[in-house]
Amino acid sequence: MTAVARQRPTRPTAKTGRGEGGLIDLVLRFRELGILGALIVLVAVTTAINPRFLSAQGVEDIFLNASILALLAVGQTLVVVTRNIDLSVGSVVGLVAFVVGDAVSGTQHGVLFAVALGVAIGAACGLVNGLLVSLCGVPALVVTLGTLYVIQGLNHYIAHGEQISAAEVPDAILKLGNGDLAGVPYLPLISVAVMLAVGCYLRSYPSGREFYAIGSSPEAARLAGVPIRRRVLTAYLASGALAGLAGTLWLARFGTVVADPARGWELDVVAAVVVGGVAIVGGVGTVYGAALGALLITTIGSVLVVLKINPFWQEAVVGLLLLLAISADRLVALRLARVLRKRNVRHG
Amino acid sequence: MNTSAPPTPPRLALVNVSKAFGAVQALRGVTIELYAGEVHALAGENGAGKSTVVKTFAGVHRPDSGEVRLDGEPVVFNGPADAQAAGVAVIYQEPTLFPDLSVAENIFMGRQPRTSLGRIDRKAMHAAAADLFARLGVALDPRQPARGLSIADQQVVEIAKAISRDAKVLIMDEPTAALTGQEVARLFAVTRTLQQAGCAILFISHRLEEIFELCQRVTTLRDGTWVGTEPLDGLTADDLVQRMVGRELEELYPKQEVAPGPVALKVSRLTREGVFTDVSFQVRRGEIVALAGLVGAGRSEVARAIFGVDRWDAGEVEVDGTRLPPASPTAAMAAGLAFVPEDRRQQGLVMDMSIERNIGLTQLRSLRRASGPGPLISRRVERDRARDWALRLQLKFSRLSDAVGVLSGGNQQKVVLAKWLATEPSVLIVDEPTRGIDVGTKAEVHRLLSELAARNMAVLMISSDLPEVLGMADRVLVMHEGRLVAEIPRAEATEESVMAAATGRRVGKEAA
Amino acid sequence: MAEATGTVRGRDAGAGRLVRWDVVVTALLVAVFFGGVGISPDFGGTDNLSFALGDLGEIALIALPMTLLVVCGQVDLSVASVLGLAGALTGRLWEAGWAFEAIVPAVLAVGALCGLINGLLVTRLGLPSLAVTIGTLSLYRGLAYVVLGTEAVSQFPARYAELTTTAVPGTPIPYQIALFALLAVVTALVLHATGVGRAMFAIGAQEDAAFHAGIRVKRIKLALFAVSGLTAAFAGVVYTLRYGSARADNGMGLELAVIAAVLLGGVDFNGGKGTLGGVISGVLLIGLLRNLLMLNDVATEIQSVVTGLLLIVSVLTPRLVGMARERRARRRPAAAST
Repeated sequence: MTAVARQRPTRPTAKTGRGEGGLIDLVLRFRELGILGALIVLVAVTTAINPRFLSAQGVEDIFLNASILALLAVGQTLVVVTRNIDLSVGSVVGLVAFVVGDAVSGTQHGVLFAVALGVAIGAACGLVNGLLVSLCGVPALVVTLGTLYVIQGLNHYIAHGEQISAAEVPDAILKLGNGDLAGVPYLPLISVAVMLAVGCYLRSYPSGREFYAIGSSPEAARLAGVPIRRRVLTAYLASGALAGLAGTLWLARFGTVVADPARGWELDVVAAVVVGGVAIVGGVGTVYGAALGALLITTIGSVLVVLKINPFWQEAVVGLLLLLAISADRLVALRLARVLRKRNVRHG
Repeated sequence: MNTSAPPTPPRLALVNVSKAFGAVQALRGVTIELYAGEVHALAGENGAGKSTVVKTFAGVHRPDSGEVRLDGEPVVFNGPADAQAAGVAVIYQEPTLFPDLSVAENIFMGRQPRTSLGRIDRKAMHAAAADLFARLGVALDPRQPARGLSIADQQVVEIAKAISRDAKVLIMDEPTAALTGQEVARLFAVTRTLQQAGCAILFISHRLEEIFELCQRVTTLRDGTWVGTEPLDGLTADDLVQRMVGRELEELYPKQEVAPGPVALKVSRLTREGVFTDVSFQVRRGEIVALAGLVGAGRSEVARAIFGVDRWDAGEVEVDGTRLPPASPTAAMAAGLAFVPEDRRQQGLVMDMSIERNIGLTQLRSLRRASGPGPLISRRVERDRARDWALRLQLKFSRLSDAVGVLSGGNQQKVVLAKWLATEPSVLIVDEPTRGIDVGTKAEVHRLLSELAARNMAVLMISSDLPEVLGMADRVLVMHEGRLVAEIPRAEATEESVMAAATGRRVGKEAA
Repeated sequence: MAEATGTVRGRDAGAGRLVRWDVVVTALLVAVFFGGVGISPDFGGTDNLSFALGDLGEIALIALPMTLLVVCGQVDLSVASVLGLAGALTGRLWEAGWAFEAIVPAVLAVGALCGLINGLLVTRLGLPSLAVTIGTLSLYRGLAYVVLGTEAVSQFPARYAELTTTAVPGTPIPYQIALFALLAVVTALVLHATGVGRAMFAIGAQEDAAFHAGIRVKRIKLALFAVSGLTAAFAGVVYTLRYGSARADNGMGLELAVIAAVLLGGVDFNGGKGTLGGVISGVLLIGLLRNLLMLNDVATEIQSVVTGLLLIVSVLTPRLVGMARERRARRRPAAAST
């Protein structure tokens, strides 16, 4: 019947194939190197203007502040890579910081108890998000926007206008937030450890690769028999649990906690992740990039303070950075597509 | 080879399977048995239910009634993972790869070689992928991402994936559609190796000669029903077509003779870099001109650029003497162009929208004017116009407010034609107008095109269906590798002359 | 009518069709109203209802363009930030001695510009509106702080402020709600009875098909984002006048209530489905519930919990109904053929 044979006009050879692969590879690497470069320039310029910026105290502050954001960014990466989003993390941090603070106030509970309780609460929140998104197939944005407000409201309700005071938090827990190991504070150590563990899992374990597969092409993942629901659920559980850990660390670092202290952080986290090269449409990005993004955003905050720029610019800059990152990604992708198309001519 | 059924139970079988999607009955009591060591062909026209059979074997669809049997035992595949675990590998018509992941990861997703610590052994994985490519005789880099691969290379990755699974059953849904002759030969060699190793293979292709070359038995489907299963040995190509179509072929192409009028569409030196180059031709009123060529030769792309869906880099397009601006479908429509796109489900129709609204979508402005003064559209005017066209095209429907998604493929295509004819165009471009629709509707579409030409419309038709091209066109333009290589008048157009030009073997009369 | 040349098999699928979601919401609205009258004696009073409606003004106004955007498969999360920015600008310019009559057009222009920026990023670069407006949510709110810091500006001219706190003479209907009613009628006509409305549904359901039908997809989206920004800025002025205070954090989190109202009204978050009537019911339902909670001295925090839950329920319910229907449909043909 239909007897027209088919053929395509161009036959890219293996060599051009490798060339294109190399090109795309370079673009991806370029991202992490790019942030690193931006960081270095930022730090260098700021230090030139105000040498005190690079004082031991200044650097430590940046790293302490970045640690909590980086933890959240690592969790968010797991979710975003599967083409989803978790906007509830900021409210989870607040809830956990307050509830754990309330539970340990005036007691002699140790670090282990605080961490376990925080992670458990966070994981429970993540479980709810995960079940709604993966089992019921409800849009992730709407679900997590909803849980953001539910959790925030619960936090205010529990707090009832009170606050946790550092004086009542056991010393052991405060030490977790402000102590150090051989001169290196605990907080960045914990974040780096978590980042390395998750990064290794995502890169080197078959189930980790499936997170990328789902985000890259949900349809292909379904046909390949990837357990999509289980992985998406896992991503939300992990994101929730890490937010819980971050909440406990928040308590440990600041001691004094008012209701919903991390309000609006979800935006910083999403920005950190996207600036760090994790594609908002899934399938691409690493936790290392996301953590670097968190470091960059925190550093910008400190720079604004040191350079005596109106600190209110902080929020606007975060938004601007996010827009720049997604626009740059898109422009590079468009450019790449055009290059690939035009290259066809020369081989055709 | 073994043309009679061996005594052992079939590796994988569908027994009396029925499946419906909404109001459309895709399969009715279909039985297919795949034995170890045979290559079994599945023949049938577009829309006969072949893809549904494939997806049922793959565990994507579950039968409404009837059963799937594995080695004689009934099984239920609750998803593609179950089918894969049972040793079924599927190569789909359209490759389903992960664009962001490397070629090697695409092949081994979920089954990556591991080190003793349980981590992915990338070196081993890349070596294994390179090994597969060597067996297939292709030069692909396992490390490169799947994004940017040509369709043929994507198909190669799919085949490598299936081979790497050591599948007991291999289902191939038109694997050769995008391959060159050399690549097809290589694929066949690999297929025969798998067959000798005891694999049961289901092969689907539109090229009958491939079926005769590779397969031992054939099952034919027509409109979702089972027509027969028989050895290919005693069969001729005509027999097979007869079974697929179920009627004589002649009446499929009711072409009227028309004296061509003035030039309605003039395309001059149109170029889109990397896609097509220097394409010039004219279509006169009353003419049906076919744009033929192999898939990927740039036919659809030329049509898309003319209509303004894609941007062109150089050249110009005139409709009835009006020059079109680049990349503006709205301007093209205003000048009198209509374009029935290739992909009906994504581009032709809004599947969730009602029949009447789909038909009205191209004439929102004229509907408003017909509704009286003011900016509002009257539902009655909208419905009346839709009903008018539905009746003219003999659309089968129950209510105009039903979503087009519940209609059969043929009736959906009629809605697409209706929505474009309602704009009263002077030039109609149709891209694969009869793909995936039943034979009866196909003949109706052909009659309609012929009538439209007779009523002074200029028709540009793109088709991969060579008999359709030969049966309908007054002139055949042939593209090869992005260039117009031949213009063949109806009298000289034969399967041989068109194919020769399409494959670049002989350059015919240079196109004007 | 007994149509045409043939019938489609399995017509009974239509008979089993469930009640439309916007009808359910409207019924729920009526139930809440009468339930509310039963629970609190004050609830049904004209004064209270007038207050409840007035309190709803900004959400209701922004919900109109938001409905059109969501029907097109887009979303604008930056509306509350534009509202805040508009408030902050109003405050700053008033402080700088501008005439109020000059401030309003300037602020509206800035709002439209904010919307245009969203729209250009979405249409020119092809970015997902979700990501873009998360970014501008931060950006515009940040700019609001840059403009006004943590100051609060008050003492706006009374004759304008009164317009936001009083009712149209002779009726219990606040001015902003009267305006909303007017705009709602216009929006409903645009969405359900014009070519542009038809085009919006097509864009949301299958953008590619809409584009191939010659619809100017980008232009429509761009215009909608601009209108969304403009409306949010106008709501920002209303908000500022109503509370008599311009602050950078005006209307923080308001986007949630707006989106909740739109989705509660039965508009599909994935685009292509919904009615404006449903959205009006959704807006009113949220307003009444908030008011009821307030009257019954339920902590304000719980109100945010309720809004969040409503949002989840509004997307979850249609989804669960759909899943149940699918399951039933799968079972039915199997039963029929045996």
